[in-house]
Formats: sequence, structure tokens, C-alpha cells
Amino acid sequence: MNDIPVSHILFVSTALFFIGMYGLFTRRNMITMLMSVELILNSVNINFVVFNKYLYPDKLDGIFFIIFIITIAAAEAAVAIAIIINLYRSHKSIDVEDASEMKY
Amino acid sequence: MTASQIIFYIIAAFILGTAILSVTTKKIFRSAIWLLFSLIGVAGLYFWLKVEFIAAVQIVVYVGGIVVLIIFSIFLTQHSGKEMPKTPILRTVSSVLAVLFGFAFTYLLIYKNDFIGGDGKFDLSVHRIGIQMLETGEHGYALPFEVVSMLLLAAMVGCIVIALKTKPEEK
Repeated sequence: MNDIPVSHILFVSTALFFIGMYGLFTRRNMITMLMSVELILNSVNINFVVFNKYLYPDKLDGIFFIIFIITIAAAEAAVAIAIIINLYRSHKSIDVEDASEMKY
Repeated sequence: MTASQIIFYIIAAFILGTAILSVTTKKIFRSAIWLLFSLIGVAGLYFWLKVEFIAAVQIVVYVGGIVVLIIFSIFLTQHSGKEMPKTPILRTVSSVLAVLFGFAFTYLLIYKNDFIGGDGKFDLSVHRIGIQMLETGEHGYALPFEVVSMLLLAAMVGCIVIALKTKPEEK
């Protein structure tokens, strides 16, 4: 357990964060962008667990932050999907390039 | 190299591989399934770190809730067998460069930093989480708990309002 250095676990979370960023940069479909946001939130959660477990093992604050982040991520996904479905009804497309009425 | 280390590297490779497939595959439904595997891998990492409660929450909320919601919305809005339009090559190259540079700088900072491990026992029992979650005293989380419950209520009401079918205007 303790034979893995902290930086190796942080490598995973950093890489996961930037993979999510890559998806956010390249994809233009709203659902896939939402998936990238979920990946980014997961990488943040890994960070919280690792810092809590390795640096402050006698406290639980990181765990509470994770619980709240997961709750907010669930609410965010529900609202985002309601918006996406509503947009699909009015535009027949969920591509962000097609929804540019409020751009300028 | 002990078994624990080998398991960690396998889990890490699984998470990153499925995440990369999830953001690069051309079919949207496959992308959702790869995302599902990636989230399961993160839950496995939590099990490896011995935070079983968070792993259970991860599986219930992410794998059981959010991914199913995403798959439903794919079925409602997309032809799931169709391939998505290709990304322009310039955008791909510049995103890869931006992401690689960002990753390199961030990981350099992490690598140079010296993490000083704390001592003490890591005790993650549900009993302790529950006590501290609902405590109103100094280290209690009762107020954020209530705020999050209000946020969930607001999100639920907001979803219903957004998704309501507006009647065609009568003239």
C-alpha cells in the first residue's frame, strides 16, 4: 500500500484531468463534452482521496469534499441533460456550433 | 515489486487507456461505454486505496446513475450507430500540444514537490463519517450538508421546469 509513492498516484489523476481537457477541446457534441467533464471531476476526486489518506490520515475532510463533489456532479449531469434534450427539441441537433443564437 | 504495486499499475493503465479511448472514439455510444469502464476503474482505484465507502458511492452514483442517464440521452437525441463528424486536423494537433504542455508543467511541479506524509491511523468507518457529517460543532459538516440538500432540490425543480413541454401558443 505505502510502497507506491504519492507522485505515481498523482500521475494518474493529472493524466486523467488532461485527457478530459483534450476531450473538451476536440469534441463538439454536447453529450461527449459532458462525459469529458465527468472525467475531470473524477480526477479531482482521486486527488482528494490521495491527499487525505497520505498527508492527513487522521482527518476526514477530503472524504466529505468528495461526497459533496459527487452530489453536485450528479445534479449537474441531470440539469445538463435536461438542457441538452430541450435544445435537441428546438434545434434538432446537439452540436455546439449549431446553437449560436446568443453568441454575439 | 509486490503484488500491490502490480495491481496499482494495472488499474492505472486501465483507467487511462479507457479514458483515452472514451475521448477519441468516433462512435458516441462506444464513447459512453468506455467512460463506464473508466469510472469502474476509478472505483477499483478507491478499493485499492482502501476507501470502500467512496468506492461504493462512486459505483452507485456514477456507474449506476450518471452513465445510465448519459446513455438514455444518447438514445433520445442521436443515431447511435452513426459516426461523429471528424475533428479538423489543426484542432486535434493544437489540442494535443496544449494538453501535453499542460500535463508536463503540472507533473513537473508535482514531481519536484516533496510530499511529507502524515502519521496517524486512517479510519474510514461509516460510523465516523456519519457522526462528523451531521455534527454542528467545530469540525462538523451539518451546514454544507443542508446546503447540498437545497441544491439537489433546486436541481430537481430546475430539471422539471426545463424539460416541461411548452404548449404551442394559441392565436
